[in-house]
Amino acid sequence: MEIVLAIVVGALYTAGVYMMLRRSIVKFIIGVILLSNATNLLVFLSSGLVPGRPAFSGAAGSSSAPAADPLPQALVLTAIVIGLGIVVFALALKYKFFEMTGTDDLDQLQKTDKR
Amino acid sequence: MNALVAFPILLPFVLIIVLLIFRTVRIAGYIALAGTFLLLMLSFVLFWMVRQQGVVVLQMGGWEAPFGITLVVDYLSALMLVVAAVILLSLAVYAPRFLPGEISITRFFQLFFALAMGLNGAFITGDVFNLFVWFEVMLMSSFVLITMGRTKDQLEGGIKYLALNLVGSMFFLAGAGLLYAKTGTLNMAHLAIILRDDCQAITMNTTAILFFMAFGIKAALFPLYFWLPASYHTPNIVISSLFAGLLTKVGVYAFIRFFTLFFVQDPRFWHPLLLIIAGLTMVAGGMAAAAHYETRRILSYHIISQIGYMIMGLGIFTPLAIAGSVFFTLHNMIAKTNTFLVSGMINKARGTFELKEVGGLFRQSPLMAVLFIIPAFALAGVPPLSGFFAKFILIKAGIENGNFVITSVAVITSMLTLYSMIKIWNEAFMKVQPANEYASRSFRKPSFGEYFPSLFLGGISLLMGVFAVYLFDYTLEAANQLLNPDLYIETVWKGGTGK
Repeated sequence: MEIVLAIVVGALYTAGVYMMLRRSIVKFIIGVILLSNATNLLVFLSSGLVPGRPAFSGAAGSSSAPAADPLPQALVLTAIVIGLGIVVFALALKYKFFEMTGTDDLDQLQKTDKR
Repeated sequence: MNALVAFPILLPFVLIIVLLIFRTVRIAGYIALAGTFLLLMLSFVLFWMVRQQGVVVLQMGGWEAPFGITLVVDYLSALMLVVAAVILLSLAVYAPRFLPGEISITRFFQLFFALAMGLNGAFITGDVFNLFVWFEVMLMSSFVLITMGRTKDQLEGGIKYLALNLVGSMFFLAGAGLLYAKTGTLNMAHLAIILRDDCQAITMNTTAILFFMAFGIKAALFPLYFWLPASYHTPNIVISSLFAGLLTKVGVYAFIRFFTLFFVQDPRFWHPLLLIIAGLTMVAGGMAAAAHYETRRILSYHIISQIGYMIMGLGIFTPLAIAGSVFFTLHNMIAKTNTFLVSGMINKARGTFELKEVGGLFRQSPLMAVLFIIPAFALAGVPPLSGFFAKFILIKAGIENGNFVITSVAVITSMLTLYSMIKIWNEAFMKVQPANEYASRSFRKPSFGEYFPSLFLGGISLLMGVFAVYLFDYTLEAANQLLNPDLYIETVWKGGTGK
């Protein structure tokens, strides 16, 4: 199962980088979403998968089977929330920018780099 | 007593809530002033505690070291906290007088304290993932701050700033994931125990390089700095000065922390890499600064050039060099913010940041000229100001350790710095005011509240130079703590359950 998820992570990174390199700002934001999900999955995978076991088990005698590691799950939850906030802000920024300039083309964003 | 460690995070948080309740503009200014003053006092108390105990630790929620989040203050953190609080205090005085009418002062100060909270959190946390969270707190508030005026330039600069910094955050998070996968912990002291005598250096490099990228983007190192000059000149000068002094230095702080505490397995790869990057950063930033004629752009490129010096000390990696890095970072935070403050005053006097359009300020306001010359000479490294000793320590460390190439690059870059500072001096202060639409503006002498922050920071630059030996002792102590982290590890690991 881990190998499948590892391939998914790789595919998400590829797609995310591809989208980020497009010229449209919206596609850039989609790229950010893909990248952040790929990273979340990577963190989730970091302790290995323990299928069918809860993170904490109340039963005292069940210590022979390994419990799932709760830490990556907690980290991923935090990271998802942060990622959501950032994507929402990026979309709002893009909307404001589009309202003001009417362009979605990253090649038009040259003003602050020129003298 | 150790519970005080959490207060640099709690205090700004409380202030945000207070500012959400009291929205009157006049009160907001006073609340911010009182709040930043309290923060400064608190940082001094923490510094005093570090002098007494060496390393002060607080385990959040009473969870023992590798399981909970640990907050740690050692000499490096304490020094950074004090200097950051000094800058926040001077900006709390400066901001109400220089913010344009369309930016609400109350909203500005809410975000200002959100930034302060993220900053202080990043300085005192002892947990890798927690550091990520504080970075994000800082990023989110800086995103909002940079686009606050909602002009076209600011939105455009904001998009560029957001784009690269988001990529940096992803690198950071991916690095944290891989680090956890390889070691099973994210507590910095625990990581140090596991990694400091690790034989499989090569396997850790893949993780370390992700952190290198993340902090490199944050700190604006050579191939990764392009977000900084594209965005730092767009927002209001108050916000630019806030970012200039504080944001990139958090990246440098994280570099120093990570690459002295636990990424020390493969110095034959990392130290030359850090030195090469440092040299390129210095030269690229210095050359670009020399080419520009807009105050804020010159100063923005100049930030990049100075980051090179801080990383240079880390690349040389002797106690003296690390002390030099820390000294340089502290000096640079103060002097850099100050130059931005003065450029705000120039803008207020003339209505533009373009150096070609202004002139004759020396005759109209000698005080402003003096206020500019102190941080400018401090940055260029003229004795007896702080920058001279900062550069002297770094160059001495470089020569003693035999790193002659980087040392000569550092000396030559000093000349570039001096050149760009003299350029501002000549154009804005000495030259006769050209006859244009800015010449007819009636000149108003800056009021006490307007020049006080700059005077305050200038005085500190001078004191840091005159009493450099005391500060140097503290930075050397910080460097020794970083290079022999036994005390750090032991305090986090065994004691510090909050007596």
